[in-house]
Amino acid sequence: MTEALDLLWNTSLWAAVLRIATPLIFGVLGALLCERAGVLNLGIEGIMTMGAMVGWLTVYLGADLWTGLAVAAVSGAVMGLLHALLTVPLGLSQHVSGLGITLFASALAYYLYRLIVTVGETPPTITPFQPLAVPGLSDLPVVGPILFAQSAPTYLALAAVAVMAWVLARTPLGLAIRMTGENPHAVEAQGLNPVAIRIGAVVAGSALMALGGAFLTMAAFNSFFPGMVQGRGWICIALVVFASWRPGKALVGALLFAFFDAYQLRLQTAVEGVPYQLFLMAPYVLSIVALIVVARRARVPEALMTPYRRGER
Amino acid sequence: MRLERRDAVPLALVAAAPLAAVAAALALAAGLIAAAGVNPLTAYAEMLRGALGSRLAVTEMLTRATPLILTGLAAAVAFRTRLWNIGGEGQFYMGALVTAWIGHALGLPGPMGIALLMVCGMATGAVLLAGPAALRLRFGVDEVVTTLLLNFIVILFVGLMIEGPLRDPLAFGWPQSVPVDGDYRLPDLIARTRLHVGLLVALTAAGIVWLILSRTVFGVETRAAGLNPRAAAFAGIPLPRTILGVALISGALAGLAGSVEVMGVTGGVTTTMSPGFGYAGIVVAMLAGLHPAGVVAAALFVATVFVGADAMGRATGVPSFIADVIVALSLLTMLVALLFTTYRIRRS
Repeated sequence: MTEALDLLWNTSLWAAVLRIATPLIFGVLGALLCERAGVLNLGIEGIMTMGAMVGWLTVYLGADLWTGLAVAAVSGAVMGLLHALLTVPLGLSQHVSGLGITLFASALAYYLYRLIVTVGETPPTITPFQPLAVPGLSDLPVVGPILFAQSAPTYLALAAVAVMAWVLARTPLGLAIRMTGENPHAVEAQGLNPVAIRIGAVVAGSALMALGGAFLTMAAFNSFFPGMVQGRGWICIALVVFASWRPGKALVGALLFAFFDAYQLRLQTAVEGVPYQLFLMAPYVLSIVALIVVARRARVPEALMTPYRRGER
Repeated sequence: MRLERRDAVPLALVAAAPLAAVAAALALAAGLIAAAGVNPLTAYAEMLRGALGSRLAVTEMLTRATPLILTGLAAAVAFRTRLWNIGGEGQFYMGALVTAWIGHALGLPGPMGIALLMVCGMATGAVLLAGPAALRLRFGVDEVVTTLLLNFIVILFVGLMIEGPLRDPLAFGWPQSVPVDGDYRLPDLIARTRLHVGLLVALTAAGIVWLILSRTVFGVETRAAGLNPRAAAFAGIPLPRTILGVALISGALAGLAGSVEVMGVTGGVTTTMSPGFGYAGIVVAMLAGLHPAGVVAAALFVATVFVGADAMGRATGVPSFIADVIVALSLLTMLVALLFTTYRIRRS
């Protein structure tokens, strides 16, 4: 038991928390942006898979890491555009379209991967993002190794939280996005185009999701394998609810979740006699429990999942 | 141009929609096959031959279609009431696990035991979906997320059980559950093939579901609850009871799929026994227009793609993930096709 508590004093645990949280931060921000504009994007799981594959592949084919991230984001944006076209102008079921995008994007990613890497072959590796020590700050005791020796995409994720919070809360664009999620007719009355705003939000949100996936192959690991996203996208969808659609709370949710994930990984080795599957289950169980706790007082965007048709109520 | 809802949907359009969707999906996937350096027409010919080209191929396809009919029905029943059961995969695995567990040491004569095991599988699936349904009704928790997350929990639980208490000691370290007793293996439908009487079970289930949906008060209530919950509630339809009832039926069907697959094909449970039957069931249901008879036809199509793609992969080297691409694409194209059956384009 003391061993389990001792783990909490280990700085490597807390550094791991931020690392594990990074793909979730990107994913939850992306999902949040889509939903704030009124579109549920269940394509997230597939889009993250796509981002993971495309990012890895771009670097494997010789490009540098940042180009890899950019191409991954574009691949996510393309999938997002498909979801947006089906659900916004055509007004089709966001549930079914999203699941369709997830099935399609993951199948396409696996198919393209298998065109390059055949079954049984060792997954080819790339040189991933290395920890980037912030000069001066990374030498601080405790905080240094936790906060200031992460890889570049982790800093990018944290910056994205701040940007998203600022844009949504403080800019005319953010106001327009939020209003589209609450009352698209009012947006139309303001002379803005709710259809364009929704499409834009879904495309941008999906690009963020893909960055989350790309982090997995380009920083957390160094290769791609089928099934590697492992429900992280669905957890992000749960985290958005947990965060009441707020970027700051989303960051807290992602960190909390990552903490449990990092902790259970270490507990597996520290505590003997408990099947490892029980530890692996914990994050998923936790997500469901979190949903139950917050669902009652969740402030869902009013027009979420309601297709907008001009002149129709 | 604008979309205008049709007053009546012509039957020909209803039938044409899935065909058009499938054709579009195959045309789109052809580009990907060409990217693999293979002539798409050759590839599709190999696919057809692999799934329908011989007696053995057809029985393999039908064997694959059996669980798909059941998971497709599970999704169709739920989606009609807008209960988004995405947990078919988990319900399938739990149904399978409980069947293997009880079926390993059950002292009943064959037919009675088989019937009881099917009921056990169904009950397991039903309970597994009743949870998320109750959470939605009681706390307003979105069932999409809970059923999806449960899939991951279930597969870990299955792993835990087959490496622990239900481990098959005769499987030489390969993680597999104890097998169901030989008395409870479903008899072959055609000798010397893998096709088993589970197909008849699935077809019967489709018939019963069709009867319930079209010929009972409950069936009409489920439809009304899905089309317009507020109007349904106003008309005195008890929504919570209807949704819970639908959840029990939907979960039971997916659990039955797992039960039948264990007794008919695999004997024991592994964590890889389903190539995504639960998720593919969603596509089957959508291609079927959520109609039980359509589910059977759509399951045959999806099974043809899956079995055919394996054969095509062996013959041409095209990765068999192309099957998943085709199936996913046909879901998206079907969505668009459905739009044109319910709406028409008008110049305004």
